[in-house]
Amino acid sequence: MKALVLLSSLGLISLLAEIFSFKKLLYPFVLIGLVATFIFNLTDWNTNITYFKMMHYDNYAVAFTSVILVIAFLWFLMSESYFKEETSLTDHFALILFALAGTVIMVSYTNMTMLFLGIEILSISMYILAGSKKDDLGSNEAAFKYLIMGAFATGFLLFGITLIYGSTGSFDLTEISNFVTSHQGTVPSIFYAGVLLMLIGLSFKVSAAPFHFWAPDVYQGAPTVITAFMATIVKTAAFAAFLRLFSTSFASVNDTWVNIVWVMAALTLLVGNITAVMQTSTKRMLAYSSVAHAGYMLLALLAGNSYSSSAILFYTTAYSIGSIATFCILNIITNAKGNDTVDSFNGLGKSNPFLAFVMTVALLSLAGIPPTAGFFAKYYIFTAAFQSGFTGLVLIAIVASLVGVYYYFRIIIAMYFKESTDETITVKINHKILLITVAIAIIALGLFPDFIIRLL
Amino acid sequence: MSAIQTVPLNWYLLLSTVLFTIGVLGVLFRRNAIIIFMSIELMLNAVNLLLVAFSSYLSDAKGQVFVFFIMAVAAAEVAVGLAILMMVYRNTKSSDINILNKLKW
Repeated sequence: MKALVLLSSLGLISLLAEIFSFKKLLYPFVLIGLVATFIFNLTDWNTNITYFKMMHYDNYAVAFTSVILVIAFLWFLMSESYFKEETSLTDHFALILFALAGTVIMVSYTNMTMLFLGIEILSISMYILAGSKKDDLGSNEAAFKYLIMGAFATGFLLFGITLIYGSTGSFDLTEISNFVTSHQGTVPSIFYAGVLLMLIGLSFKVSAAPFHFWAPDVYQGAPTVITAFMATIVKTAAFAAFLRLFSTSFASVNDTWVNIVWVMAALTLLVGNITAVMQTSTKRMLAYSSVAHAGYMLLALLAGNSYSSSAILFYTTAYSIGSIATFCILNIITNAKGNDTVDSFNGLGKSNPFLAFVMTVALLSLAGIPPTAGFFAKYYIFTAAFQSGFTGLVLIAIVASLVGVYYYFRIIIAMYFKESTDETITVKINHKILLITVAIAIIALGLFPDFIIRLL
Repeated sequence: MSAIQTVPLNWYLLLSTVLFTIGVLGVLFRRNAIIIFMSIELMLNAVNLLLVAFSSYLSDAKGQVFVFFIMAVAAAEVAVGLAILMMVYRNTKSSDINILNKLKW
């Protein structure tokens, strides 16, 4: 709750910066504010306070909020130039901070009303940010598609919530779960329809196949820093919300949705990984890879055992820090060379060994090669799924991650084994700090994964 | 018994489902951006109708409060949506979404 209050206040202060003209100070101020929010958020650990039966600050919420705040801090380091170029800069700060407030609601809700509001606070900010390059038709198209698909998905989500309300008489997650357990066999059929509609709505939001088709377009069209935000923070929050709903309210009716999620996870893994192989644009390839990673996280959701939440927490952390680094380097390369094809990475190993090294570490983590964080992230997910008896799906996931290795290594090979005549690329100091932190974090989490796994 | 309850609940369910389906089909098949927005509004309003009906039948105000939230959020969404549409129109001079086909695999 402290995190929510602080983030919203930071957003409001950003808006005031325009009037009271302290725009130049805003960037450091927001960074300090995020650190303060992180510290205050940690004081909520083990307190378990419920606010108005709407939000419940259990350790799950605190852990996910902390992860989101860390990624947000790294994201701000990455996107300093984005805030320099923009004319309406205070609005962009405010929108990002309000989006973060939305994610905090999404990881801590106990009531469908808050789920809906959290998703919308996040999404509406993101629609605007996706279109923030006003003169670029690609950015326009991304914003438009994101808006239409987002609103469409919200429609399904709301219809689902309504049907569940109609059959159980409540929006509260625990009351719904109590209703289902006390009315075994007599639950009205519209309840099951509601569960499926909510599943569709949330699958759109986490871009799981077959509801993923908007994601590559939006990720490619939006400005790269905003894509990084969508691929990391939005996805983390959406999965936290997804898991919270399905593990508390719908766990007792899992025979209605388990088979569907099984098929969706398999499809997402295959479609995401195989289509990523065929891409020439690195940004679009990373978009498909982000779809594929949603597939791995669906495995943990499907497992639905005591390992699920810690597995998803670790996976989102490992995946997000890896993605932040790749998107940051992609942004540097795209700005230097003017395009984002895999060929633009040629010879980076010689022209800038530092960038090439961090990119390699991040890609190895995304591919799931030991001793990086990504390896243990996949390991925990597979263990969770295996213990619930989804052996077939784990096999599909392993095959899919082998396909993943192929397209991640294409970039590594381009960096180290192909020649290029280009001059050296200079890296800004804030990007250096970000990339060094991320490289250390990826290897540290790979060597000591217990640190996060024991939290939940 | 309130006026809402003079009609059986199943009829509301049926009407809302039909309206919702029309909205879904509109989003999927129409090619004019404004009509797509209207279809999304239709989906949300089908939900609102059903929520009010359920709320009345359950004698529980929570459903109607939820309707207010949906209306507020839908208004915000349309405001942003129309702004994005204006931005697209300035660059393309059209509200036909077939123009937006730059991003494809």
